[in-house]
Amino acid sequence: MSVLTGRRASVLSGPRATRPRPLPAARRRGGVLLGLDWALLGAVAGLVLLGAVLVWTASAQQHGTGYLLRHLVNAAVGAVLLGAAACLRGRWLRAGVAMAYAVALLGLLAVLGPLGSTVNGSRSWITLPAGLSLQPAELAKVGLVGVLALVLAGPAHERPVVPGTARVARALGLAGVPMLLVLRQPDLGTTLVMAATVLALLLAAGASRWWLGALVAAGAAAAMAAVRLGVLADYQVARFAAFADPALDPRGVGWTTAQARVALGNGGLSGQGLFRGSQTSGGFVPEQHTDFVFTAAGEQLGFVGGALLLGLLAVVMWRGLAIAAAAPDAFGRLLAAGIASWFAVQSFENVGMCLGIMPVTGVPLPFVSYGGSSMFAGLAAIGLLQAVHRSAGAPR
Amino acid sequence: MTDRAALRLVVLRVLVLALMATLLARLWQVQVVGGPAYAERAVEQRVRTIVVAAPRGQLLDDRGRALVSNRTAVSVSADRTALARQPDGGERVLRRLAGLLGEPYARLRDAVTQCGEPGAAAPPRCWNGSPYAPVPLARDLPARVALQVVERAEEFPGLLADTEQVRALPRPYGVLAPHLLGYLGPVTADELAAAPALDRTDVVGRSGLESAYDADLRGRPGQRRVAVDLTGRVVGAVGERSAQPGHDVVTSIDARVQAVVERQLAAAVRRARGSIDPVRGRRYLADSAAAVVMDVRSGRVLALAGFPTYDPRVWLGGISRRELDALDGSGALLDRVTQSQGPAASPFKVVTTAAAAAAGYRLDGHYPCTSAFRVGNRSFANYESRAYGEITVSRALQISCDTVFYRFAYGLWQRGRDDLLTRTARAFGLGSPTGIDLPGEASGRVADAAWKRAYWAQHRRTWCAAARSARGSGFAARFVREACTDGWRWRAGDAVNTSIGQGDTLVTPLQMAVAYAAVANGGTLWQPRVGRAVLDASGRLVREIEPRRKARLPVPAGVLAYERRALHLTTLHGTGARPFTGFPLDRIPLATKTGTAEVAGKQPTSWFVSFDRNLVVLMTVAQGGTGSGTSGPSVRKIWEAVYGVTGNRVDASRALLPGGRPPPLSNALAAVRR
Repeated sequence: MSVLTGRRASVLSGPRATRPRPLPAARRRGGVLLGLDWALLGAVAGLVLLGAVLVWTASAQQHGTGYLLRHLVNAAVGAVLLGAAACLRGRWLRAGVAMAYAVALLGLLAVLGPLGSTVNGSRSWITLPAGLSLQPAELAKVGLVGVLALVLAGPAHERPVVPGTARVARALGLAGVPMLLVLRQPDLGTTLVMAATVLALLLAAGASRWWLGALVAAGAAAAMAAVRLGVLADYQVARFAAFADPALDPRGVGWTTAQARVALGNGGLSGQGLFRGSQTSGGFVPEQHTDFVFTAAGEQLGFVGGALLLGLLAVVMWRGLAIAAAAPDAFGRLLAAGIASWFAVQSFENVGMCLGIMPVTGVPLPFVSYGGSSMFAGLAAIGLLQAVHRSAGAPR
Repeated sequence: MTDRAALRLVVLRVLVLALMATLLARLWQVQVVGGPAYAERAVEQRVRTIVVAAPRGQLLDDRGRALVSNRTAVSVSADRTALARQPDGGERVLRRLAGLLGEPYARLRDAVTQCGEPGAAAPPRCWNGSPYAPVPLARDLPARVALQVVERAEEFPGLLADTEQVRALPRPYGVLAPHLLGYLGPVTADELAAAPALDRTDVVGRSGLESAYDADLRGRPGQRRVAVDLTGRVVGAVGERSAQPGHDVVTSIDARVQAVVERQLAAAVRRARGSIDPVRGRRYLADSAAAVVMDVRSGRVLALAGFPTYDPRVWLGGISRRELDALDGSGALLDRVTQSQGPAASPFKVVTTAAAAAAGYRLDGHYPCTSAFRVGNRSFANYESRAYGEITVSRALQISCDTVFYRFAYGLWQRGRDDLLTRTARAFGLGSPTGIDLPGEASGRVADAAWKRAYWAQHRRTWCAAARSARGSGFAARFVREACTDGWRWRAGDAVNTSIGQGDTLVTPLQMAVAYAAVANGGTLWQPRVGRAVLDASGRLVREIEPRRKARLPVPAGVLAYERRALHLTTLHGTGARPFTGFPLDRIPLATKTGTAEVAGKQPTSWFVSFDRNLVVLMTVAQGGTGSGTSGPSVRKIWEAVYGVTGNRVDASRALLPGGRPPPLSNALAAVRR
């Protein structure tokens, strides 16, 4: 926060010059389009609905419709967040992402305190009354992307320039704090997704190739050091080892990935049909309604369904990058590009893990996996994309 | 927007496209290209084949009494998933079971904890199997515990009670018969490869009848193919093939006779161990013994017992390495009736008599029974070096005069016809397995000129090496020198030794029983049989196991009749008379032949062979002394039990085998169906 505080006045001052800009005819008339990117919304809605069905099929055997209902409630709450975020304009948008960052940091600190609870070995949850729980790391992704966009874009009134060393260093400092806190939980997967997103943001911001190369090298060195120095827990190393050679751990992670691939292979081209997947109904794939939800699609809906899911995700990313290209200012551009990159990185890691080309880490598939925090963060981010889109004036 | 920023956005688009294209390609590879292989694996792991063990058939005696049967054993296993779901992790349930079993709770807790989990004990105490498979906790629960766990299953959530059929040994009349019945062992990899019908969980007969009739007893296990979910919970049936129970095997063993024979064999051993060996001046060791009762009309075995013996119940529920080693070390695993070999001694004289008759010696002629017989520079003494003057062959058999038989053998040897003796021995079934339906039978050995040459060729190097290094002209040096140069030669002394069952000819007790049965029945050499019939699970006859005539003795009926008469007289006036003093021989005309076999470096072996027109009863005790002193009294007790003799009275109502005949098969069939 301290890095930000000194510059709050300038950084948070919205693009006043553009605010009174006349709205396009359709929106001024109060037309149905509301200035929203409907292709993006449609793709997200499709993913959420497909996710609901998959979560249902993957959990029905053990839990009936319990997970389905909660998933739908999560989606509804997320839709409200989406709507609220889409309404943010100008300095409110900047203030909103800064708030998200601040709240996420507090949440990440709170996780370490008495409010935190441990699930699957990671202390990454805050338990709330009424059986609710939140994962601040998900919110931290939104905050991270937003604050980096703010910092890398520079003050709104400045002419957009390529961020210099000082700005990149400040951005890295702001990114490092939540990343270290998430790593401390430990949640290696989310940390890596964050790292890749930061890299994509720096790329989008036009940071020098020297910076990008240095960061990649530093990341590789850090990974080497982590393994050598025993910073990582055994299971984390084991997951990576099993990724390279599943036979190393046939009952643990290797088993999970093998089961995931058996489920996918069992789906074939057109799938076994909903509720007809033996791997899915038999509960052979662990965490199938959350991190491995893609395998439920693959087995029941086949390659066709899996490709459809990937297609919808691609539409979300493509629209996000299109919004970035059309954004009126550097902040909007970086915010949209960062969000699109985040979804791309996380989707690739999640689906890649199901397909056995990425190591197993606990990251959800955006909009599809069961999980409130992930759903809220994802839909709120879509709201931010819509806000940027609206500020651009006309859809592309 | 700067050009650079715009360019970077294009780079991002390309990157995103590349990532998604990668995923799509890999998805195609996994689902469409590799799909069939993975789909096969999916079927493999969701359909589980459960082997339904087939109840093994029973072994029954001649009246349908079970010698080996089955009983239901209850085992209990834990469903780890169900236990883990309980608020206390299943502690209450496990503590209750531990209390019932009288075992420490810690053992059960360790047993259900997956190896490698925090707090897990070291293998094998921890659970090393699949996390979803049921964990066996206790096998063959005591009836009281089994009842509780099965009947009040709701009080033991997470525990699964399972029943299985296990072998039981009812031991009618205290019968042990471990060598006869045999035991079971887990199937080996080789057997699995050889017999595709076997399952790797099967047990197969490892010795005795369990092994000989394994294919009949085993039955065919059933298979239940069920669909399961991840936790192994059965969600549906896919197919079923019911188990075919094994067939029962009715044997010719009579449990009551077997019990008497076992007791009498033990008594003979005790008797030997209680008397002093006059040559060595210490008690007889009596380290092994054998007895067999056989039907002379069919070769069916009614009783078969060996010593040392043991309680076959040690095999039930698995045997520990230490128990097995102890058993093996004591020699109790050897079936002395079919697997031990030794010199036949005087009982061999029926063979020599037949050979002499074939060579033209008149049996009613008179032959000198001198105290010793000289062959070359070697003197062969009569038993206890007594002389009886000129006697008939019958008398020679009665008093077991060795020198008469020496003379026959020497005469044959001089005429170059001593192969007649060894050929006759083979005709009596010696030197080859009898073919009894018990595994691992020894073949014995008939030593003749050809055998000696082969034996010499085999050992010549050793002997000649010893001869080269031997110094001086002592007995040992002369002996090895002669063995080296002349050891191949079948000498007159060898022929003479053979005539009284000494020397290098070895027999099993069963071979002698078969030979004497042939004398008793007028010349039929039977292949001995223990199995009598195979019944299916509902008691219907599947097949009868017919006795098989192996050969006819090439001995004229008159010669056999002569031998029978002579051996009957042996019981009345000869070496077999002492144990049968007061026995009603007028109504039960027994023929007997005693023997005291010399074994180099050991105390003599006691032989006692007896028969009438129905049965052969044979007993032999190694390092046990004389035939009539050690084995005779026990053999008499067996005959008394068979015919119901008390003192000199015969009470047919107390006879175990009235008329000396085994009960008809219908008896056993009726008993089984009842």
